[in-house]
Amino acid sequence: MDEPESAKVSMARSSEAVPSPASQPPKTNGTQSKDMPQAKDLDSRPRRRADAVFRMLAQGSGVALLVIMAAIAAFLILQAIPALNADTTNFFTTLNWAPDGTPSSFGIAALAFGSLLTSLLALVMSVPVAVGVALAISHYSPRWLAGPLAYVVDLLAAVPSVVFGLWGLIYLVPGLIGPSNFLSTYFGFIPLFETNGTYGKSIFAASVVLAVMIIPIIAAISREVFVQTPRDHIEAAWAIGATKWEMVRTAILPYGRSGVVSATVLGFGRAIGETIAVALVLSANYEITLHILQPGGNTIAANIANRYGEAGNIGRGALIASGLVLFIITLIVNFGARTIVRRGEREGA
Amino acid sequence: MAKNIQMKNVDIYYGKFHAVQDVNLSIPPRAVTAFIGPSGCGKSTVLRTMNRMHEVIPGARVEGRVELDGDDIYRPEVDPVEVRRAVGMVFQRPNPFPTMSIRDNVVAGLKLQGVRNKSQLEEVAERSLRAANLWNEVKDRLGRPGGSLSGGQQQRLCIARAIAVQPEVLLMDEPCSALDPISTLAIEELIGELKKHYTIVIVTHNMQQAARVSDQTGFFNLKAAGQPGRLIELDNTEKIFSNPTEKATEDYISGRFG
Repeated sequence: MDEPESAKVSMARSSEAVPSPASQPPKTNGTQSKDMPQAKDLDSRPRRRADAVFRMLAQGSGVALLVIMAAIAAFLILQAIPALNADTTNFFTTLNWAPDGTPSSFGIAALAFGSLLTSLLALVMSVPVAVGVALAISHYSPRWLAGPLAYVVDLLAAVPSVVFGLWGLIYLVPGLIGPSNFLSTYFGFIPLFETNGTYGKSIFAASVVLAVMIIPIIAAISREVFVQTPRDHIEAAWAIGATKWEMVRTAILPYGRSGVVSATVLGFGRAIGETIAVALVLSANYEITLHILQPGGNTIAANIANRYGEAGNIGRGALIASGLVLFIITLIVNFGARTIVRRGEREGA
Repeated sequence: MAKNIQMKNVDIYYGKFHAVQDVNLSIPPRAVTAFIGPSGCGKSTVLRTMNRMHEVIPGARVEGRVELDGDDIYRPEVDPVEVRRAVGMVFQRPNPFPTMSIRDNVVAGLKLQGVRNKSQLEEVAERSLRAANLWNEVKDRLGRPGGSLSGGQQQRLCIARAIAVQPEVLLMDEPCSALDPISTLAIEELIGELKKHYTIVIVTHNMQQAARVSDQTGFFNLKAAGQPGRLIELDNTEKIFSNPTEKATEDYISGRFG
């Protein structure tokens, strides 16, 4: 009794719906009938399948990323252990790198110090400039100039690091001799600028190269954040009688702070992981010194680039152990920055 | 405190777009003037020319004279920053600075003017919050972020921030459109008190609100989309809502269009 009626209805509907889109009659048919066909039609299979496929893709990518990270860590640890066992001196305090010698002796102290020092100096030099560049593009330059400027900064961010390294080696290192001499002559009482009277491929040169290298990336990301500052905040600042700089300080910088921190971390990551550009402008040694103007200094990444070719079995393990330290430093810095950002957000909430 | 505003033959443009045409009006001190009219008629734009906020938008410009107690605020030597200190503004959406505490929000303008004296800042914060009818609700948590308040409280915080610098005029751009009825009532009562000290101009979409809070009402309209908005008439609120001179005003307030 039920069936013919619903069939009749659906027939009537479909004959009625001749001019309307073809998709309509089956749809009405589905909602009219009451038994199995109804359940079947409500369950729109194709869409569900797309959902499932996408979920698998997304979850798969997420899991794959974690697995890859864990695999890298495991690889580094496994490769490093034999070398660390062969090391006859303390890995954390030794200022030497002779893993293939007899007895084997190498330590991370000088390298880790050099990595951190060059990267920190690079950040000190680049972050203010990069934030300035970002603000100049986002809020100070006229619109016809802002577009091309932003584009140029994005382009610079993509320049391969070896180009910066070559520029540093050929142009910057000789060019820094004069300024270094000036600094050490007149500001030599500050330990940082004290020298033994010679200049050249120094920590300072490496920091400048790194700074120049990471300015574009920090500027590009900061600009992205600054231009997203809500109109509300900007107008609030204008309305209480803020000058342009005061508006930037009260509305744009607080809003962009977390973004600038993220950009800085990214820049730090690039700086501390940079191999070739640093290897080209450092005269590798294994000292810990704050005298950044005199020749010397080394970083983990540059050391790997310089020593990998000549390394024996233990030597390679030792370099991998240093890579593990770099990995851990980067993790710690990332974590620290995230904490800063999160605290900032909580204050803002 | 409390100055009058005169607009003489004011035309407002955004780039090539002629937004508002030939506005002439007079706003008395210590009274509430309401602007009503359909969307896009230029009432907010006119409001924003009174403290030179509209020129924050690139390409915006004004022709004619806008006078604060007879002094043209568009003279070339006038600093817009000084104008905005004299003519405060409250916006449609409450916009406290999210990273600042309640106290710092209130005194933000004062700090920009170089006031560093702590006890003076405390005193102004309390006075402004009291004037904005917010003191009793926030006095125990002045160090909390401004964003932790409810929407209505945030809007009163913004009013406190605007009056902390003791402006001559207070502009309000649909201050209640994002608020619930109870918060709206609180703001309307506040407007009634503030008008004892300040010249207030309020833009509102809500005609009952205009009728409740204002002493005089201006009706803006535009002939068609793309045409410049114009001030149709400005008169005592009672007259506008009972016996307007212009047919268009009567049609609008009786709900026949817009």
